[in-house]
Amino acid sequence: MLRWVLTRALGGAFVLWAVATLIFFGLRAIPGDPAEAILGGPGSQASPEALERVRQEYGLDQPLPVQYLTAMGKLLRGDLGTSYALKLDVASLIGELFWSTLVLTLLSLVVAWLIALGLAVWATRGGRIARAVGSGMEIVAAAVPHFWLASIFILIFSSALHWLPPISTPGPLGLVLPVLTLAIPLAGFLGQVMRESLTDALESPFVLSARARGESETGVRLRHAIRHASLPAISLSGWAFGSLISGAVVVETVFARPGLGRSLLSAVTIRDVPMVTGVALVSALAFVLVTIATDAVDRVADPRLRST
Amino acid sequence: MSLTDAEALQAGTLPRRHDVRARPGARVTPGEVVAGAVLLFLALAAIVPELFTSLDPLAISPSEAFQSPSPSHWFGTDESGRDVFARTIHGARPSLTIGVAATAIGMVLALILGVLGGVGPKPVDYTVTRVGEVLFALPGLLLALVFIAIVGPGIVTSTIAVGISAAPGYARIIRSQIRAVRGAPYVEAAVVLGRSPAAILGRHILPNAVAPVFVLATLGVGQAIVWASSLSYLGLGAVPPAAEWGAMLSAGRSYISNAWWLTVFPGIFIVLAAAAATSLGRAMQARTRQVGR
Repeated sequence: MLRWVLTRALGGAFVLWAVATLIFFGLRAIPGDPAEAILGGPGSQASPEALERVRQEYGLDQPLPVQYLTAMGKLLRGDLGTSYALKLDVASLIGELFWSTLVLTLLSLVVAWLIALGLAVWATRGGRIARAVGSGMEIVAAAVPHFWLASIFILIFSSALHWLPPISTPGPLGLVLPVLTLAIPLAGFLGQVMRESLTDALESPFVLSARARGESETGVRLRHAIRHASLPAISLSGWAFGSLISGAVVVETVFARPGLGRSLLSAVTIRDVPMVTGVALVSALAFVLVTIATDAVDRVADPRLRST
Repeated sequence: MSLTDAEALQAGTLPRRHDVRARPGARVTPGEVVAGAVLLFLALAAIVPELFTSLDPLAISPSEAFQSPSPSHWFGTDESGRDVFARTIHGARPSLTIGVAATAIGMVLALILGVLGGVGPKPVDYTVTRVGEVLFALPGLLLALVFIAIVGPGIVTSTIAVGISAAPGYARIIRSQIRAVRGAPYVEAAVVLGRSPAAILGRHILPNAVAPVFVLATLGVGQAIVWASSLSYLGLGAVPPAAEWGAMLSAGRSYISNAWWLTVFPGIFIVLAAAAATSLGRAMQARTRQVGR
């Protein structure tokens, strides 16, 4: 067990280093002068002296390998640097935005799971028609672009009914539309996987014996089959988390909600290297942790995996 | 060759549990008929849009701006008086092309990585697997955003960007498919018969490993359409006045409170296209699950 944890931790550290390296060189490949980006982009008409000063201050006059090693050294010490655009410490900026995005993505994950579970249980209970309707709903849900769903929600619940704010205000009311927007497409994906594995699980002998003991149809699903049927969907959670972060970029932008996704979009557009690196590292770290956690859950739930 | 690949597979060379959902030669379900009809309609709209509308998608007529849907303008008109129905129909070509092209790009990249990992020597496989892990850990949209920042926004860039961000996922599946097929007896037989490695790869491994990947690609087209339109919406892909669905929605965003039709109709077409592609993929998946692979 200890060996497993160590191997996974090392693998995770490697992934983080590679992500940092990829972002460092990727953003260097963007055409244009980085010093100019720091001073506010090509429109700022910075003087040559100012550009020279910035180059020295940020070490941009050093050869690229030196810059790379300096950047990596700083990252190792936990120093994410200063945002080019906001001139603030990236670590504290991310600290502020992190919770907002975490609340949004985790709530969406929970809501997506509930919708998918409900749909799967309902669709496998009914006959052929329920099954067809269920799978149709999953396919359509998974096909809806986040930005469009957000617009439709705004049209219905804000413009027409005036129930909810079109912009994500602080407080629970402002979270409803962003969470639903993120959760529904994900529920479509999870639902497809869950319904298939639930159908499989319902064919297995332990379900037959539960039925023979007089368990109700819903009880069989909720108490017995769901546990087995959830495993493939749990393994998908790492992927789901990543897709939620991609979705958060869009949803936070549409609902003007402060968060990591929205800052990522603006940071890439203005080449704010420290900010992009910071957000990429945080989301990669989250992905690594979620993957390790889901693998651990799989090992607890399925003892056969422990020998490998 | 005495054994065809399918026979070798049927003979139980690859362990496979009983699969209740596989329905080779199953009846076509009503849902699949609907999906097929939608795809046919969209494909026709992409090839000959004039079949459905005689109006010019780019012709402006300022005096007719912001008309709500009516018999003369089914989907209403936009801020320049252009007919939204004509634009939506004409939008099928760029939007579908982007979706298919992005998936194809992702597949080609994934095939290169997957084959390297699947048949390459151990160090190569190790490297490719690690690279895949790293790319997988980055949100797909971040990869796309960085690529667009490097190359500059535009319709071609956003297509490639969507392809790149889809590639790691495909590569992972192709690699494990190839690994599974590589151990099959018919591959061993070909080795014993003295076939060259290239011939074995081309004649035996790839056709068997890649067939299920085509199903995956069909499923991927739907997602590629969705993400490409999202990039257009964020102003990083096709730009207005191009009649592309994402770009139309991006332009309609400013008028959402007084012209709902600009937002509703192009979006419905994105959902229709993506859902129909996914249903087609699902239908293929259900039928090939037991026979193919």
